[in-house]
Amino acid sequence: MADIAAPAYRVIPIIPALKPGAMEGVKSFVANDKIQEALGFPGHLVEDWHDRAIAKMGELLGKYRSLKVYMDACVHCGACSDKCHYFIGTQDPKNMPVARQDLMRSVYRRYFTLPGKLFPKLVGARDLTREVLDEWYTYFYQCSECRRCSVFCPYGIDTAEVTMAAREILASVGYGQKYSNEIIGKVHKIGNNLGLPGPALLDTLQGLEEDVKEDTGIDVRFPIDVKGAEVLLITPSADFFAEPHIDSLIGYAKVFHATGTSWTLSSMASEAGNFGMFVGNYEHLRKIAMRIREAALELGVKRIVIGECGHAWRVAYSFLNTLTGAGDGADANDQFAMLLQKQLDQRYKQPMHICEFTWDMIGKGALSFDKEANDKHIITFHDSCNVARGSRMGDFAGGQFEIPRNIIKAVANNYVEMSPETTRERTFCCGGGGGLLTDDLIELRVKGALPRMEVLQQVVDEHGVNFMATICAICKAQFTKIMPIYGFDRRMVGGVHQLVSNAIRLGAK
Amino acid sequence: MSTFFALLFYLAFALFALGLGYKIYDFARTPAPLKIPTTPAPVNAGGVVLRMAREVVLFESLFKSNLWIWGLGWLFHASLALVLLRHLRYFTEPVWIWVAFIQPFGMYAGITMLLGVAGLWARRLFVERIRYISTPSDHLMLVLLMAIALSGLTMTFAVHTDVIAVKGFFLGLMNFNWQALPSSVVLYAHLLMVALLLLIFPVSKLLHAPGVFFSPSRNQADNPREKRHIAAWAKHMESEN
Repeated sequence: MADIAAPAYRVIPIIPALKPGAMEGVKSFVANDKIQEALGFPGHLVEDWHDRAIAKMGELLGKYRSLKVYMDACVHCGACSDKCHYFIGTQDPKNMPVARQDLMRSVYRRYFTLPGKLFPKLVGARDLTREVLDEWYTYFYQCSECRRCSVFCPYGIDTAEVTMAAREILASVGYGQKYSNEIIGKVHKIGNNLGLPGPALLDTLQGLEEDVKEDTGIDVRFPIDVKGAEVLLITPSADFFAEPHIDSLIGYAKVFHATGTSWTLSSMASEAGNFGMFVGNYEHLRKIAMRIREAALELGVKRIVIGECGHAWRVAYSFLNTLTGAGDGADANDQFAMLLQKQLDQRYKQPMHICEFTWDMIGKGALSFDKEANDKHIITFHDSCNVARGSRMGDFAGGQFEIPRNIIKAVANNYVEMSPETTRERTFCCGGGGGLLTDDLIELRVKGALPRMEVLQQVVDEHGVNFMATICAICKAQFTKIMPIYGFDRRMVGGVHQLVSNAIRLGAK
Repeated sequence: MSTFFALLFYLAFALFALGLGYKIYDFARTPAPLKIPTTPAPVNAGGVVLRMAREVVLFESLFKSNLWIWGLGWLFHASLALVLLRHLRYFTEPVWIWVAFIQPFGMYAGITMLLGVAGLWARRLFVERIRYISTPSDHLMLVLLMAIALSGLTMTFAVHTDVIAVKGFFLGLMNFNWQALPSSVVLYAHLLMVALLLLIFPVSKLLHAPGVFFSPSRNQADNPREKRHIAAWAKHMESEN
């Protein structure tokens, strides 16, 4: 990996000038035949890729209203053109959301619209050539599917939907991405993205019990595969061993301990993340999600709770009921969904975010804290893109912003907001989401973090902020990697439940 | 000439109505398999109606994005709406009272409409990012709208046309009792370009008008945990388990 320097902060956040082609050489590794074939995709680019790609595009246009409407509705107004962190950080015009969409829209026009068939030049329509296909691969793997552009589009056009469709088409003609597809293979085969087998998981959890005992003198348990537990916790596998993720896992365990909640992890579903969403493949998205259903049915749990992970929470909150029936409100004759919905305790939201769980318990007075334990921290909160723009917490729109902040304020004394232009629904992606958290894209990841680093620097300078809390495994991994390049200490990043863990009272109340 | 325009407008209107109708049907029949509202989003249908109304009437998202595009875009669309409503007087006899009431405003809206389009075109020409994403058709669309507005304004304020006869022509079209169209180059140009606009509507980016109502990120309620949402093609997979 070459040394990558951080781009300079903009003095005032002006819109950068264009640098065409700036990122055309940054291309993540292509999946080999083993990785591809394990997922049922062709091992390498097939001979009739052109016809198969167009046919796949037609199929997706018939299956996804989002894609169909988004291909037709864009007027090239430019509202989104300065909203993408990758455009801001790289200045490559093809990283403007509209230009990224147009990589596909130009092909759509050529093959699926009358003016594009008759007057391609006039309407910006292009044949799907090998160059165009390569350009798709390059730039659709420079999108983190964070949906920031969709907030600002007058028609709500969501580039993530276009990116997902493009990746699905690419994989289906044998042109998949190594990083994402390898991980999907691992989760199918071993049960989690990191490829952590069951025995290793057991060892890790035992080690954690000993660590916490040593630290606090209290027997906090980390149970796994316990039948009849009330709560099934599904958490990103990074929580089992990566720093700082593991400190939040300890936080969840302490919350369950202090509230007397019986809970369990599952070795079958030892992963909340779902890269099926990143590559836009419904079958893999569903198959990965189904492990959660199977674990819940097998263990007979009453509640499903999800750990700190951004895209996992989007999949769980927005899609899990659709994919697996884990939720409420299925038709009475929907036997598939009813089987699980009847088992789950419908007095609670299903599935529930660990932050919702903790905040509920705080509200009930079931938890108490020594807030001073966090006094060494001056804390700010980075909203993770998938949580902010693809999910909700609690009973009201925007609960996903309030609940984590409320928890932080309940467990710590020093809290500072970053610029409102960059938080809540306007938050910037960390720069590593959506299947881009790989070393072969490190240049993109460093540059894409620029807008977040700029405003972090502001609160560091003005308020002495020394801790940025976030509730996403990818944000945590990305920031610990790239923040040193911007001159920050990597330990500045951590989870909300890491702060909970620091302050929670475990003994008698 | 009258016969040419009569046939042209029958054709243009038929293709406009059929084409747009087909696109709306096509949007409507295509399933949205996953819940993807851009959150925070309304949690029920009533909230969605309000969100959509704010989006369509006030251009809420555009307002968040960029005040210049919002101001110019809103000025253009609001003016266009007034101008279109004013033109109802050519298709109704007697003229509805509220159409008569907005008549003077509609006349000046032609000017503000022109200003809005000109401003949007200036952005397209002079802002580097927007010039980069513009296709020839993006420019021509604005030129067409400006030319329609200019020719209309010319007839309103300079070279007057026999509007009574124009009205007679269109009422005649509607009643299949053709009347003569006054011979006027400006009028011919105006009508020709309006017919062209009708023709390209269903196959161009003008589909943003129906499209916005079908955008899942805006028209879905945020209630995936409370109500199971599933497309027919996805439900089909469950029988295979």
